[in-house]
Amino acid sequence: MNAPLHASPRSVMWRKVLSSAFVAFCGASVVIALVPLGFVLFFVVTQGVRAVNLAFFLQMPKPVGEAGGGMANAIVGTLLVSGLAAVMAIPIGIGSGIYMSEYSGTRVASLIRFAADTLNGVPSIVIGVFAYGVAVLPFKQFSAFAGGFALGVMMIPIIARTTEELLLLVPGSMREGALALGATRARAVCSVVVPAALPGIVTGVVLALARIAGETAPLLFTSFNNRFFTTDLRQPISTLTVQVFTYAISPYDDWHRQAWAGALVLVAIVLVCSLLARFATRRLERMHARG
Amino acid sequence: MFGALLLAIVCAIGYELIRQSMASIQKFGLAFWRTEIWDPVAGQFGALPFIWGTLYSSILALVISTPIALGIAVFISELCPAGLRQPLVFLTELLAAIPSIVYGLWGIFVLVPAIRALEAATPEPLRQLPLFSGPPLGVGMLSAAAILAVMVIPFSSSVSREVLKSVPPAQREAAYALGATRFEAIRAALFYARTGIVGAVMLGFGRALGETMAVTMVIGNNPKVSLSLFAPQYTMAAVIANEFTEAADELYLAALVEIGLVLFVITLLVNSLSRLLIWWMARTAKPSMTAEPAPAAEAA
Repeated sequence: MNAPLHASPRSVMWRKVLSSAFVAFCGASVVIALVPLGFVLFFVVTQGVRAVNLAFFLQMPKPVGEAGGGMANAIVGTLLVSGLAAVMAIPIGIGSGIYMSEYSGTRVASLIRFAADTLNGVPSIVIGVFAYGVAVLPFKQFSAFAGGFALGVMMIPIIARTTEELLLLVPGSMREGALALGATRARAVCSVVVPAALPGIVTGVVLALARIAGETAPLLFTSFNNRFFTTDLRQPISTLTVQVFTYAISPYDDWHRQAWAGALVLVAIVLVCSLLARFATRRLERMHARG
Repeated sequence: MFGALLLAIVCAIGYELIRQSMASIQKFGLAFWRTEIWDPVAGQFGALPFIWGTLYSSILALVISTPIALGIAVFISELCPAGLRQPLVFLTELLAAIPSIVYGLWGIFVLVPAIRALEAATPEPLRQLPLFSGPPLGVGMLSAAAILAVMVIPFSSSVSREVLKSVPPAQREAAYALGATRFEAIRAALFYARTGIVGAVMLGFGRALGETMAVTMVIGNNPKVSLSLFAPQYTMAAVIANEFTEAADELYLAALVEIGLVLFVITLLVNSLSRLLIWWMARTAKPSMTAEPAPAAEAA
């Protein structure tokens, strides 16, 4: 790799051209990657805007052939299932995160970190199969609970890792100060370290929520789908993502329109959450820089 | 403790998948992975087409995405003006944040027609090659690989960026001091970071292997082993997504779960290996700043 630096006298001109070509290639790859992003957003927005209206949020799906209707049941379903996931994942995720950061360096912490990374890498469809075995088969019924369980499992490692990272940002002097004042380790963590990182942790949770709200694969055979409005968590429930999938692979134009509208809502959720999170972390960083 | 619970979940996933697929493992044994016939009605289950489709599409996606991801990483970490850095990082991360189902929807209605036009425009002599044989359907391996490439780029590029950041500045400075051009200096840095970059690419590979919705919607879902980029094929994740709720008898379900089990094991191996490489890179990068002379300096 060092050849051009010292070996055969290659023309300076050639090396300069090569270098410029490389710089151009790097710039071009950024453009190449941003083109699909632009295209996706462009189509989702232009196609979605035509179909999104008040009825989309308030009405139930209409039978095939009747125009109009909405996804009210799916929107409520997504909120319920994601909410269930959050209830399950927040305590476990934050708990594991605290353990990993406060006892970092111990063998157990590394093991948990490895488990979190592993779980993070497990394909979502496999988590769906797992949730099917644990939360659907024993009860012989698809249910919102099972969907929430599947999404919760996906959410835990995300929250755990963000919590860990943010707690490690808290200056060690704060921990030491608390301990020096006679606080127990648990006390120092609960009343000093965690509150200092709390805004960041909340941001992490919001981001994790946005990510799992967009998941489809684990819901296909856990919360399944439901044409009717339900808030009964023991029943199959419709979600935005599964509904978009059903509509997208259907042969009906009106359903395709609705699918685009659903996609627009999903992208909007993700976009708003990421922007909020970015804004919040910026402020947090500035706070730390000052402190 | 909560941490222990996390550990327990990972073990439970493995256990549960093995338990549910027992029927299929016992019935078919290793032949399951060598048989090409997938006929649920006749009770014939062979997973070869799915393994093939998953590996083929993921490798193709890597071939497309790796140079682009590396280019982005280099551009953001080495070349671009500081003011542009944050927005670019945000945009590439947005690429990862868009839900898979939205990519799939876009794939069906925008990408597939475009690919179909491209396939139809392929000149006849090229069509004789096995790589481009078959009718121009649009849905198929090429569409799947393209959409996977887009989805994988943010993962491998953000990890490569981190890895490049951990290359000691002395590396580049030494190269520049020797009169290297920008390309040569960056190549020295890339060479230094090679272990971590391989790790980053493998992390993307792990993502591609398990990606479900977008691929299911554009690959055509046809269990046939074929080298052709135009042919509709099938992946492991897609067959589970499509057929799981339809699996009426126990053996069918067990066969699907076994596919899931193998997918789990493969992604586990790929991810662990990539983490190991990245971790190794991070560990070796630091001490070498002072301990040993940089390779570029040695050469001089």
